Amino acid sequence: MFRLVLRRGAGLVLTLLVMSLAIFLVMEVLPGDPAAIQLGTSGRADTLAALRQSMGLDQPAVVRYLAWISGMLRGDFGTSFTYGVPVAGLIAERLAVTLPLALMAIVLSTAIALPLGVIAAARNGTAVDHGATLFTQICVAVPNFWIGLVLILLFSSQLGWFPAGGFPGWEAGLGAGLKALLLPAVALALPQSAILARVTRAAVLDVLNEDFVATARAKGLNRSAALWRHVVPNALVPVVTIMGLQFSFLIAGAVLVENVFVLPGLGRLAFQALAQRDLLVIRDVVLLFAGLVVVVNFLVDMAYLALDPRLRGRA
Amino acid sequence: MSGALLSRLAGRLPLILGGAITACIIGTALVSQVWTPEAPTRMRFALKLKGPLAQGLLGTDHFGRDLTSMLMVGAWNSLSIAVLAVLLGAMAGTLLGVTAAARAGIIDGAIMRLCDILFAFPAVLSAIMLGALMGPGALTAVVAIGVFMIPVFARVTRSAAAQVWARDYVLAARAAGKGAARITLEHVLPNIAGQIIVQVTIQLGLAILTEAGLSFLGLGIAPPAPSWGRMLADAQTYLTAAPHLALVPGIAIALSVLGFNLLGDGLRDLIDPRRRLAA
Repeated sequence: MFRLVLRRGAGLVLTLLVMSLAIFLVMEVLPGDPAAIQLGTSGRADTLAALRQSMGLDQPAVVRYLAWISGMLRGDFGTSFTYGVPVAGLIAERLAVTLPLALMAIVLSTAIALPLGVIAAARNGTAVDHGATLFTQICVAVPNFWIGLVLILLFSSQLGWFPAGGFPGWEAGLGAGLKALLLPAVALALPQSAILARVTRAAVLDVLNEDFVATARAKGLNRSAALWRHVVPNALVPVVTIMGLQFSFLIAGAVLVENVFVLPGLGRLAFQALAQRDLLVIRDVVLLFAGLVVVVNFLVDMAYLALDPRLRGRA
Repeated sequence: MSGALLSRLAGRLPLILGGAITACIIGTALVSQVWTPEAPTRMRFALKLKGPLAQGLLGTDHFGRDLTSMLMVGAWNSLSIAVLAVLLGAMAGTLLGVTAAARAGIIDGAIMRLCDILFAFPAVLSAIMLGALMGPGALTAVVAIGVFMIPVFARVTRSAAAQVWARDYVLAARAAGKGAARITLEHVLPNIAGQIIVQVTIQLGLAILTEAGLSFLGLGIAPPAPSWGRMLADAQTYLTAAPHLALVPGIAIALSVLGFNLLGDGLRDLIDPRRRLAA
């Protein structure tokens, strides 16, 4: 077990390294000099040369890559050209919005999807099941940023219950912060919950056909006790897998939803960096997001090994 | 009507409904290339922000452009980017998938690790990175969406192809001395084509959704070419004054994605009826 975790951990580190190399190479190979992009068309030749030197662009590629990676490992992400502050601080500040948002969305989508999927499976073929299917089909098809727009239209323009966007900061109090994040989290959670509910329904149906469920019923457990005590825990493995895989979509969704609600999160930072042509910030944020996806999926894998001893032999 | 016939019809409902919606969207996109009620880029400031039926079928935007015409051309732009992106992802992904299935061991492992890495780059992230380097535009959108689809197709193709490789007729073909490339071409690809087509249909829906997100951020096709996502971005400014500007393009996106998803589900049932019982 320990050796297995060690081997997977080494694989994770290797994946992250390859990932950073890929980002670096794409930025290197594609036409476009970070310094020239930053200055725009107005840059003079000597300004450009000075900026290139201060950004370290006059160094060979290998040196720059190693400097980037070792810097990131030390927590030194470089200095943002636009903001004139360390990128690390900038990212930490933005993570304080994005992480709670993502967490709220995960909690909300699970809270919707699990009961919906389990009930749809238990009432397979009934009107309840068809209703759940209709709900999931529609929610999967609707763009999360559009749900955001509709929520703003309903709850802030019409009813005035929520702010149309912006974030007061956690200094304004936990309640105010959570209130500002609630609508964005709902917009993010609805499409996710639809996918999760579908997977939950299919997984529960699969387990319902297993012999041990019949045994549980035979020993006198009623339907709902058998369902929640024996079926649901066994159906959770595929559900958790999909939650891990969906993390990629959650990140993508956060970039969009943060921009709809003008939340000062990591996704908005990436978008602003694009507008300001701050390539160094983009590079760091992209690596951070992509790395987060890989790390989350690694943790999901590890959680299985802990939960299901049968998987340990195979890996 | 007999109950059996009714339930068979109900089972085909996704296919019929999805096919009908998809046909409408594709039809609209095609028609937009020869006819629209107005020129979609024609600005008429005197007629700006008119409601549905007050000016044209769906009203006008903040420049007085005809919403119906923009929506129609938007369907074409959205579909063409989605189709190109899915083609890119499907071709590269299928190639990787069948190679991984044919060559077990290190190559298989390397390809699947590569897929894990690609999967960690959502299209929005790649588009921001590519957009910063090459400038935003249709090409950026196609590449960003297409690259994210490569691992999806590679995984589906690999598991389907691996099942074919385990069949007796492949064993017979190998015994007859056929090489891996020939077996892949003659036996594997024809047998997994159905599953790839189903995946293409479903991914088209996802590609339309992603394209809308990219053009919402200004990372899609360049203005003034109309796109559903940018229509929504523009609409946010006039949310209270003209809510129809935000509602109409959103419904168009959702309907297209729903159509392709239903069609994909229906095709899957058609190709593999066993899945219908399982699902």
